[in-house]
Amino acid sequence: MLGLLVILLCWVLGNLLSFLIGGYISGNVLGMIILFVALKLHLVNAETVRPTAKFLLGSMALFFIPYGVGLMESYTVILDHIWAIVAAAVLSTIVVLLVTGLTFQWIAKLKRK
Amino acid sequence: MMKAFFTSDLVLLTITIALFVAGSALHRRTRLMLLHPVLLTFVAVIVFLRMVDIPYDRYMEATHILDFALGLSVVSLGYLLYEQSERLSRNLLPILCSTLAGCVAGVLSVVWIAAWLGADRTILNSIAPKSVTVPIAITIAEPMGGIISITSVVVFCVGIFGAVFGPQILHYGGVCTPESVGFSLGAASHGIGTSRAIELGAIEGAMSGLAMALMGVATALLTPILGQYFY
Repeated sequence: MLGLLVILLCWVLGNLLSFLIGGYISGNVLGMIILFVALKLHLVNAETVRPTAKFLLGSMALFFIPYGVGLMESYTVILDHIWAIVAAAVLSTIVVLLVTGLTFQWIAKLKRK
Repeated sequence: MMKAFFTSDLVLLTITIALFVAGSALHRRTRLMLLHPVLLTFVAVIVFLRMVDIPYDRYMEATHILDFALGLSVVSLGYLLYEQSERLSRNLLPILCSTLAGCVAGVLSVVWIAAWLGADRTILNSIAPKSVTVPIAITIAEPMGGIISITSVVVFCVGIFGAVFGPQILHYGGVCTPESVGFSLGAASHGIGTSRAIELGAIEGAMSGLAMALMGVATALLTPILGQYFY
């Protein structure tokens, strides 16, 4: 239960921070950073949050099902632009894979020299 | 009478989770990526709602608790980041540079290609965060005026594409160290890429989880700026 409370508190703080910066970043993403910092600074014991966090991370796919179901209302918009969306998504994914991988490899090699 | 039964929160939630469990079982049997439990559940729930004639708004309201849990699971990514923090500090420079490069290249390339092929601004904003995990992508696309159901489905399909073809694409591109392979799989195809990376090896899996969380943060930070000045 304490683990859930810690995660909730991080989220609450994240929302507060998000409000203070005018909503530029959402509260849950800020909450994630706050949880990381709290663990890193040993304000929170990792064992306390581990079971809850593992459960939530493992079930994440179930939690976003309702958003995908929204397709029943928006599928016409997708169909109108299907080729643009498919081509852009596929090509851009290849770009991300290669740009990330090659940058990583190159800088890691530079550092080792 | 029957409809009143089906529209209760309890029944809609139970059906959603039942379909997800059934989808997962089918997926384990077939091991086909295209039969991913999440995709199967999307379709099965839509068919069900159409059959008993329940509007999407009602369904969204009934499953609100899942949305709440989704928020919690985004915060939990902080734990994932903590678990890998030693790896993070050991590879800090390559990780920061490649996250930044991958994030900017990813957002701009998807938006520019789609715009060139005639997609309008709403579509562009919906698919701009397509490389990051679904819950974070939603929180990025929504305030920019994207349609979040498009975001979640496209992001999901990108994840499957990257998980299936990613290792081969990286091989052809000359990306070969386990760290860089894992990191790019997580950066391009979030959680689904990460589950593929775990199959490749422990280093790949760990780097991939790290990439998923960091890409989420970087994309949340940069997409609004990129949206304002670059597309």
